[in-house]
Amino acid sequence: MAETPENRRENANWRSSDAMSVSDLELWFVREVLPLEAELMQFLTHNWRNKSDIADLRQDVYEHVCEAARKQIPDQARAFVFRVARNLLINRVRREHVIPIEAVADMEALGIAIDAPGPERNVIARDELRRLQAALELLPPRCREAFVLGRLNGLAGHEIAARMGVTPGVVSRHLASSLYMLADILYGDRTDIGKSS
Amino acid sequence: MSGAGEEAVSMPAADRVGAQAAQWVQRRQFWNWSEADQRELDVWLDEAMGHRIAYWRMAAAFERTERLVVLRSSTEESVLHLRKKWFRRAWMTAIAVAAVVLTGAAAFELSSGTQERIYATALGEHETITLADGSQMELNTDTLVRVSANAQRRIVSLVKGEAYFTVRHDAMRPFIVVAGERRLTDIGTKFLVRRDADRLAVAVMEGRVKLDALNIQAQSPATILGTGDVAIATADRLSVTKKPARELIGELGWRRGLLVFQHTTLGEAANEFNRYNAEKLVVVDTKTASLQINGTFRENDVEAFTGAVQDVFGLQVRNMGGEIVISR
Repeated sequence: MAETPENRRENANWRSSDAMSVSDLELWFVREVLPLEAELMQFLTHNWRNKSDIADLRQDVYEHVCEAARKQIPDQARAFVFRVARNLLINRVRREHVIPIEAVADMEALGIAIDAPGPERNVIARDELRRLQAALELLPPRCREAFVLGRLNGLAGHEIAARMGVTPGVVSRHLASSLYMLADILYGDRTDIGKSS
Repeated sequence: MSGAGEEAVSMPAADRVGAQAAQWVQRRQFWNWSEADQRELDVWLDEAMGHRIAYWRMAAAFERTERLVVLRSSTEESVLHLRKKWFRRAWMTAIAVAAVVLTGAAAFELSSGTQERIYATALGEHETITLADGSQMELNTDTLVRVSANAQRRIVSLVKGEAYFTVRHDAMRPFIVVAGERRLTDIGTKFLVRRDADRLAVAVMEGRVKLDALNIQAQSPATILGTGDVAIATADRLSVTKKPARELIGELGWRRGLLVFQHTTLGEAANEFNRYNAEKLVVVDTKTASLQINGTFRENDVEAFTGAVQDVFGLQVRNMGGEIVISR
């Protein structure tokens, strides 16, 4: 991310008519859209019955949002994200054979919620640290160990492998799983993962 | 002790891309990273917007855990143990400072490895930032900038909002402001840059600035702006006019918390107030919106403005559920 060289960020596919460069879009996405993830997940979970579709739906919402934002930055990120999410769900409902009635009803009611201001987003530093610690606690022990050694103590992958007495491949998996879960915990506000698996 | 592979998390098939992105980020952060690896990653990123977004999300999660570094302790023995106390104390100070900064104009570091910083102001906020080289930038309301600097250049990316720059010129290390597809390079300068959704405005208070397109293929020639020049750039057009110093100073009123209107239409004035205040002004009809006003107001004193509007034009002002509606 940050240490990415500038030249790599500029994607050849980017059109000159785009309102945002790749790196601007990334910044906008991370700052304005990702903090909405917990709310978005709640919304998707409430309005879609098949829970195994949720991660896929979230990704769909993000793609639509970013495609639109690169042409024009939406004034109100929050309202925009939820409008996209709602339209996506409606389109899916239309495509499916069975129409989940309560889902449609919920969506009608949603118009009000969309434009209301979001919760206070300015987390002060102290809360953020607590939150990160809590997130670490949720990771399975071996994943956490690998991540702590790498991230906090600054060990490289092969050093973590030596310390934990496992192969580099296993360390890779632990680190990737840790990141995957941390993203869900930190952005999606999920607390139900990790320990159980 | 449990076996190594047992905890491998099962990823839902729908989020294979997320799992791949996590794999890429950890590979890049914790293992040897060659140019060939980078090329491989670039190919994957270019394959689909979805790949890019998933990667951003994972990379952002990784960056967020940077704060944890100061907590290194419980698992680490020996040398670090001795330094633990010091770390903790340093961290508490850091928290105290960060808490103050965050409530003001959120400034945080993206990564400790590079000289890159993000500065932002909320609605109605101002913030003056002195950069490492002594250059200053004053951020107006609802503004987001990213500053990255190395030995060759200083780059400020204006993602949104408005900023006034007082640049300490260094011929060997140009100061560049990037806003969308446009680029400004200082030639010894004080200048103001404002980026709205569909246009970019640049006003040069002192010195000269070079304005060109970021994308060389765009074939737009560079424009040199001198003192008093005001450039307005939209996606396909650029206009440059010279303004008298008096009017330029008005443009900078926000630095003192003031909105200065000179032959400004009511509609534009309302928009200006709306940039600073959560309670929005709405001018109902176009005829009312085109009335011209002069005057200086505190940017958060909407009442003074609506009062003047009532007195001078005899217009109606009504508060309707968070919106202040101005009509005949």
